[in-house]
Amino acid sequence: MDQALIIEWVIKAVILLLFGLTGFAYLTLYERRALARIQVRIGPNRAGPWGLLQPVADGIKLIFNQELIPATADKVLFVLAPIITVLPALIIWAVIPWGRQVMIGGREINLYLADVSVGVLYLTAVTSIAVYGIVIAGWSSNNKYAMLGGLRASAQMVSYELALGLSLIGPILMAGSMSLVDIVEAQKGIWFVLPQFLAFIIFLLAGLAEINRAPFDMPEAEQELVAGYHSEYSGMKFALFFMAEYIKMIAIAAIAATLFLGGYRLPFIDIPAAFEPLVLFIKILILLFGMIWVRATLPRFRYDRLMAFGWKVLLPLALANVFFTAVILVLKG
Amino acid sequence: MAFPERARVQEILKGMWITFVSMFEKPVTIQYPEVKRPVKARFRGRHVLNRYENGLEKCIGCSLCAAACPADAIFVEAAENTDDVRFSPGERFASTYEINMLRCIYCGYCEDACPTEAVTLEDNYELSFISRAEAIYTKERLLVAVPDNGAPTPQIVEPGLFNRAVPMMADPTD
Repeated sequence: MDQALIIEWVIKAVILLLFGLTGFAYLTLYERRALARIQVRIGPNRAGPWGLLQPVADGIKLIFNQELIPATADKVLFVLAPIITVLPALIIWAVIPWGRQVMIGGREINLYLADVSVGVLYLTAVTSIAVYGIVIAGWSSNNKYAMLGGLRASAQMVSYELALGLSLIGPILMAGSMSLVDIVEAQKGIWFVLPQFLAFIIFLLAGLAEINRAPFDMPEAEQELVAGYHSEYSGMKFALFFMAEYIKMIAIAAIAATLFLGGYRLPFIDIPAAFEPLVLFIKILILLFGMIWVRATLPRFRYDRLMAFGWKVLLPLALANVFFTAVILVLKG
Repeated sequence: MAFPERARVQEILKGMWITFVSMFEKPVTIQYPEVKRPVKARFRGRHVLNRYENGLEKCIGCSLCAAACPADAIFVEAAENTDDVRFSPGERFASTYEINMLRCIYCGYCEDACPTEAVTLEDNYELSFISRAEAIYTKERLLVAVPDNGAPTPQIVEPGLFNRAVPMMADPTD
């Protein structure tokens, strides 16, 4: 491991983090504009051209917000919780490939931070850490609504994680590898969304539930729980929860694109590696629009139905999908 | 399926289609400071004090508007006109005319009470102040601009031209 390699990794990591953080900021704008269009409005267009400076304005406002820590809160955990929530959302990006190799200055550079042989396992492991942040936030706030929001979040995220994990097994079986790079390369001919359509749908539904997006945003159901687990949070700490939610939105879109939509590849044709991140980016944008579109359309589910749906519908379907995929693969030899 | 008895997939897709189509409708938003929606013909906005075509003020300082005002927002002080210092065609004119826009309820009774159609509620609704003192609109701020072929007040006029206490009025048209 030479010095140049370390520098290369650091640069790539910084780029990924910057992408995550600015992506979060601009996803809020994207969501607000898209929601506005669906509701036949225009959306924020005052700050800067086309409202492009709106996230900056929001950020400045949030930084200058007063930060309150409730007197009876558990202060250490209260401060720690938003950090625990954000970190997994950021480190997910380490294993997502956004291209093959490019030559820069006579040096071959992989367009991914790490090609872990158990990449998918890493993804599921990291995403489930976030639930701790949310539960700790709910508990340490010492507020009944926050507590209930945290409880709901833990129940929901643990339940949907099963379906989420099982839906990932389809592509793994078809690619014969858990490395995300191998999975993308296995989609050279046909994207996994066609043979694994059911898994794709299950992944999107469970993914929405996993990141607490509408219509599965039970942990922050305003009408019942004020704001759920982040009721007591303000200023930048509050922004961190939002940051986690939105970065995870992007990450779920990226994972869905990688596992089911051919990642950075276009079907059948090879494009120069330098354009591959752009392909992945466009796929992420389309999937993100889908999430916003669902939010604009569907009302929140009732809590018991949410749990019933996860356990009685998604989980059996995901299991059946794994079973049939395995059987067909074995029969094909 | 056990769960979606009512929220059937078909219904969800129908809803998704509706929201998708609505994306291509023209936004209903009116971009306010740049685009202003015209007000209705009988809208009651901020008051103005009108002038005759020759530039003389219509207000004769009778204080009937102040008497009619349910919110007690109007204060009028009258003074005598002379032919050398003439503000209005009547016997007197309003030397002070103030409307407190924080008290005003825009009922339009002042307009109804006015014998000379001097005070009318017009279409300006963009009232904002940063102090209570600023909310009191004085005569200078309420008076409309001098018409093109008129002269600013006070005017010097020939003696005997205006000898009525209240000027002649045509029947109101509106």
